Amino acid sequence: MRSALATLGGTLPRPRWRRPEGWTIVTLLIAGVLSLPILVIFAHVFVPASEVWLHLRQTVLQDYVVNSLILMLGVGVGVLLIGVSTAWLVSMCDFPGRRAFEWALLLPLAMPGYIIAYTYTGMLDFAGPVQTQIRDLTGWGYGDYWFPEIRSLSGAIAMLTLVLYPYVYLLSRAAFLEQSICVLEVSRTLGSSPWAGFRRVALPLARPAIITGLSLALMETLADYGTVQYFGIPTFTTGIFRTWFGMADPGAAAQLAALMMTFVLVLIVLERYSRRRARFHHTSARYSRLPRYRLKGWARTGALVACLLPIVLGFVVPSSQLTQWAMKTTHMWLQPQFLGLVWNSVSLAAIAAVLAVFLSLIMAYGKRLESSRTTNAAVRIAGMGYAIPGTVIAVGIMLPFAWVDNTIDSFMRDTFGISTGLLLSGTLVALVFAYCVRFLAVSLNTVEAGLGKIKPSMDDAARSLGSAPRTVLWHVHMPIMRGSILTALLLVFVDILKELPATLILRPFNFNTLAVRAFELASDERLADSASAAMAIVLAGIIPVILISRTISRSRPGHDTPA
Amino acid sequence: MIQRPITALASLTVAAVTALTLPLPLFANDEVNVYSARQEALIKPLMDEFTEETGIRVNIVSARADTLLQRLRSEGRNTPADVLITVDAGNLHNAKEAGVLRPVDSEVLKEAIPESLRDPEGYWYGLSMRARPIMYVTGEVDPEQLSTYEALADEQWQQRICIRSSSNVYNQSLVASMIIANGEEETEEWARGLVANMAQPPRGGDRDQIRAAVAGVCDIAIANTYYLGQMLNSDDDTERATAEAISVFWPNQEGRGAHVNVSGAGLITHTENVDNAVKLLEFMASDRAQQWYAEANQEYPVKPGVEWSDTLSELGDFKPDAVNLGQLGEYNAEAVRLMDRANWR
Repeated sequence: MRSALATLGGTLPRPRWRRPEGWTIVTLLIAGVLSLPILVIFAHVFVPASEVWLHLRQTVLQDYVVNSLILMLGVGVGVLLIGVSTAWLVSMCDFPGRRAFEWALLLPLAMPGYIIAYTYTGMLDFAGPVQTQIRDLTGWGYGDYWFPEIRSLSGAIAMLTLVLYPYVYLLSRAAFLEQSICVLEVSRTLGSSPWAGFRRVALPLARPAIITGLSLALMETLADYGTVQYFGIPTFTTGIFRTWFGMADPGAAAQLAALMMTFVLVLIVLERYSRRRARFHHTSARYSRLPRYRLKGWARTGALVACLLPIVLGFVVPSSQLTQWAMKTTHMWLQPQFLGLVWNSVSLAAIAAVLAVFLSLIMAYGKRLESSRTTNAAVRIAGMGYAIPGTVIAVGIMLPFAWVDNTIDSFMRDTFGISTGLLLSGTLVALVFAYCVRFLAVSLNTVEAGLGKIKPSMDDAARSLGSAPRTVLWHVHMPIMRGSILTALLLVFVDILKELPATLILRPFNFNTLAVRAFELASDERLADSASAAMAIVLAGIIPVILISRTISRSRPGHDTPA
Repeated sequence: MIQRPITALASLTVAAVTALTLPLPLFANDEVNVYSARQEALIKPLMDEFTEETGIRVNIVSARADTLLQRLRSEGRNTPADVLITVDAGNLHNAKEAGVLRPVDSEVLKEAIPESLRDPEGYWYGLSMRARPIMYVTGEVDPEQLSTYEALADEQWQQRICIRSSSNVYNQSLVASMIIANGEEETEEWARGLVANMAQPPRGGDRDQIRAAVAGVCDIAIANTYYLGQMLNSDDDTERATAEAISVFWPNQEGRGAHVNVSGAGLITHTENVDNAVKLLEFMASDRAQQWYAEANQEYPVKPGVEWSDTLSELGDFKPDAVNLGQLGEYNAEAVRLMDRANWR
């Protein structure tokens, strides 16, 4: 898909008087501003390595690297297995409940990672109800029996897999649905079994989408702080916090962050290299109704279990625990402020989501028009915020914002004798900006994927008919990629709803969101009291999640029945 | 169709952001702005009472202590904050060192708050106190065997101790207090012994250590007193039953005393709202506010003569470590590194 874009420079007739330099400049400008916090953090790398760094290398660095790698590997395998298999089952097979699974499989997306970690710990911990029951029934004591330890590395892998597989599911399902059935039919006339058709045709064709989903899940895994911190697992993120705040050494913390980012870079480069010049947009635009494989007997049971399990474990179980807690603490959600929290969360998430997608559209289109090394690199760096913990991003935003504010203030004081104070810091503008930096990757990847599927000949045709680039984007591309844009909007919306660390530190006075409330109570170990706010996040997230699913079902060209 | 949809979309977003930003407080005279590392739920009722009494409105941003300090530093002289409320002496000390606090000279505060619980130069004042004693499962441990924090590294406690991660500031302060008392080398050896005696790798919070002990994972838990106090007053029956199975042992009573820490507050260097800010600090040191802290959050009042909550009284009287709390902050980074070396996760 992206390589297809790379070849674009050669195919687009670009008359000199319409050379879209404006787009390139705007793209670079947006990318530059959004990269600012990331660059501010990285500037710390050039602080000479302190003795703290030496100390880290001698003691804990190895743990950080090994644990983070295992975590990424485990979550990677987990989300691929669950995400791709369920996406294939609901897109290509027919079995009872398929329609419901289509959207229900997305539900765990609404569940913040740290909250699922709290609920499972509450249930499965040694002192929790499940193990207490076992001991009461059997009379065993500590050490007499084996029970999986939830607060461990494998526990963290399980928790993150359960809430992150929907990214892979979402993107691979969209890819499977968009595949022209011709290629699959060709493979079947050539004698392929359904399995071979999946393995040798559908899967390779869907690869860019699957990889995009995987990289989103892995970046989120790297940036996770809540879960690993609660489980007491030393990883890069917990290490960054300790070094920055416990040892008061931002330089060494940034060096840790930089090391962590190289993981992401290596992944991206590897994936790029493996794809090289392959192209993924379809040559045929002829779609017919998908003939689904009808599953029978064991295959049917297997499919049912495969789809049911992630939903039950990733959504039903944790939300029933939350509901149970919330029922015990009705006084928490009967407060009048509670509605205010909901309003703050939802409106802020909506505004920032619109802005993030808008910026992504401009950048993705700018890249399509003029795909140079500079634009590609700039866009890539701007998208890295997704792999950086929210608190670190927040610090990266505070520094330049306060600098701008203080500079303007000094200037105004010196020249006019008036103080302008802080214009941006501590306002919602800073917060919305933080969300854009942090979640740009989500909207950018989704929008780029949508744009990549549009054949370059469309651009050629529209442009040769005299349309300006902006008109092409608005009147040709956007209607075609409506599904991708809506998906991007909703994904970012849900992500912001769950976002915590940046909100916590950048928000203005007396401004609370659901995530802030849920976290404050949970961090004081008042899990039951935090449940109502957590439940509200989940509920507010469900609606967009269902909308996403409907959009995708409808996105298939030629689809004639509403899902 | 709109002719310039992108422009329209952009202006819509800007308008929406502005609309959301508008209802911000306009910083009138009768207000005081607080950055608080204590969660809003824990201070809001008290702030409301202050407003009722004085007519001064309190605006709050609550966040993690370390990030609030970072915010204060980058905002510099234009910060809107007047007061910083934070937990743990380490954080108060860091704020003082970072230059974001200014000394307050208030007879009311000096009279109310004992010397060891406030900064000698008046940069910050402790407002509530908590202790970190040894807790044991009643019946599983003979209290005769317990004596000091130091003795927890003895072999007899192998596989019997639950304590949370070294990333937690309460443990960092505890270790800092031991470095001050015993020196770095001895403390590191002690930390190694303690790690060897842990019944499970550190995970979860203080309450989790208490629960684990009662469930039988270990016999001893190290936790802050207010967690136990809150569990004892919980609406949840299992939670209450768990806490009731625990007894508190006050360590080092023959020596320096049990480790204590404070939540406290100070005035921001650049505030021009000194009168209101000092009023707020003085209010928080008043009998009424101190009483509220004790009852609502099960913390010890710092003001002598204010009654403890019934729950705290039942835990018994004790001798607190009299080291000036500011010193703990100085040793915080050293404590973290020491725990890294001792493999305390």
